[in-house]
Amino acid sequence: MLDETPLVEIRGLRFGYAGRTIFDGVDIDIQRGKVTAIMGPSGTGKTTLLRLIGGQERPDAGTIRIDGANVPALSRRKLFELRKRMGMLFQSGALLTDLNVFENVAFPLREHTELPEIMIRDLVLIKLEAVGLRGARELMPSALSGGMARRVALARAIALDPMLMMYDEPFSGQDPISMGVLVKLIRELNDALGMTTIIVSHDVNETAGIADYLYLLSEGRVVEHGTPKRLQESGSEWTRQFLEGLPDGPVPFHYPAPDFARELLELPSP
Amino acid sequence: MIDTLQQLGAWALQRLERLGRSHLFILRVVVGLPELLARPGLVVQQIFAIGVLSLPIILVAGLFVGMVLALQLYNTMVNFGAEQSLGPVVALSLVRELGPVVTALLFAGRAGSALAAEIGLMKATEQLSSMEMMAVDPLRRIIAPRLAGGILAMPLLAAMFSAIGISGGFVVATGLLGVDSNAYWSQMQANVDLFDDVINGVIKSVVFGMVVTWIAVFEGFDAIPTSEGVARATTRTVVNSSLAVLGLDFILTALMFGDNG
Repeated sequence: MLDETPLVEIRGLRFGYAGRTIFDGVDIDIQRGKVTAIMGPSGTGKTTLLRLIGGQERPDAGTIRIDGANVPALSRRKLFELRKRMGMLFQSGALLTDLNVFENVAFPLREHTELPEIMIRDLVLIKLEAVGLRGARELMPSALSGGMARRVALARAIALDPMLMMYDEPFSGQDPISMGVLVKLIRELNDALGMTTIIVSHDVNETAGIADYLYLLSEGRVVEHGTPKRLQESGSEWTRQFLEGLPDGPVPFHYPAPDFARELLELPSP
Repeated sequence: MIDTLQQLGAWALQRLERLGRSHLFILRVVVGLPELLARPGLVVQQIFAIGVLSLPIILVAGLFVGMVLALQLYNTMVNFGAEQSLGPVVALSLVRELGPVVTALLFAGRAGSALAAEIGLMKATEQLSSMEMMAVDPLRRIIAPRLAGGILAMPLLAAMFSAIGISGGFVVATGLLGVDSNAYWSQMQANVDLFDDVINGVIKSVVFGMVVTWIAVFEGFDAIPTSEGVARATTRTVVNSSLAVLGLDFILTALMFGDNG
């Protein structure tokens, strides 16, 4: 029977850092088997949200349930057990620089399984084949382009066949070809491996193109959520400004400042 | 006045807090050390990176320190007609004092700084974070092998330093200064005690190895993940561990040799 409950359920999430409120009562549901994108301007704490889901930060209030388990309340051991079922692609790729491509992908397998070497080899080659880099297995991370590094990191993240895959800004700084490859990979891997995917991004077109559901975050709150089609037809000015990339609107072009004319006439204080 | 006091208080609190954090940190690492018995390869790798790669600087420094020591001591001892005792004096200076201390200072500069920078950069490039997300504890996988490697490598390096220093002293003493080679070795054999001198020197070098590696891995792990933060952590490692070595050396010397006079 198909499980209809959300895989990730966030309720009343509050989180602050260095005196600044990042999330102020956020509710998010991530449905199983779907690609859900969380979007918003830079500095809205999208990456922090992934760190909270992964248990690397603790919220000030609220619950984050993954498959029923409340992440902030888990013991370190249980959290590590849960993380074995989660994959995360960091913005930089975060490959281990002292290991080559093959060993990077083999790393989680060697750490968490007792598989014989021949099986590890096969599994690593399968994962590398999936991201199209089987031929690059001898290269060191320093010899990879940004897009390739991200694909290797992706192969590593799916090494243990996670149920939940999280992507932190997967498209930023990619050339059009790498971008196209990543867009295709994220969608195909989700469907082929029966995963659930969360993408955090501000690249509107690419993300909206593959996501089943979108959440728009701004100033610590969910501004709007729905399918990409519904949001594109949204009446909200803020949503339109964000999705269409308009320079001015509810999010002003100018950083708050005193009146310009008055400031020009004022003598600079010594 | 109040402001100054307040700043002083804040500074002291900050220092105390960091000291507390470094102790909790090392405690968590030490708890994970026994796991390394199952994976000796990780420690061997670190002994290579920390120990073997530090060998050139340690050997060259040891050789010259031994040679200079022989020259300097000879000039004084010859006035008292005691130049035939050059062997034990060079050996004792090296084994008890200069071997462990100079090795530890060089170790802090060569291996400590490298450790702090490596770990700091791993943090800055999210490698430690990604490891955590792969359910691998960086304290056990990254820090523990490095701590074990440092603690094991340091006494070996200090022993090499002393050995090559004594050999350098021998070359200068017999080749340049005309000291009898038999006297050099036999006097050394008669006057250097295995437990009082050699073992005490080894204990010193183990303690220094522990402290320098602890400071290095903590500074790296605690670094602000930016290039400036990593640079600061590296500098702090060298400065703090050098000071710690010199301070601890006084305490250890007082404990070990204080009642001999």
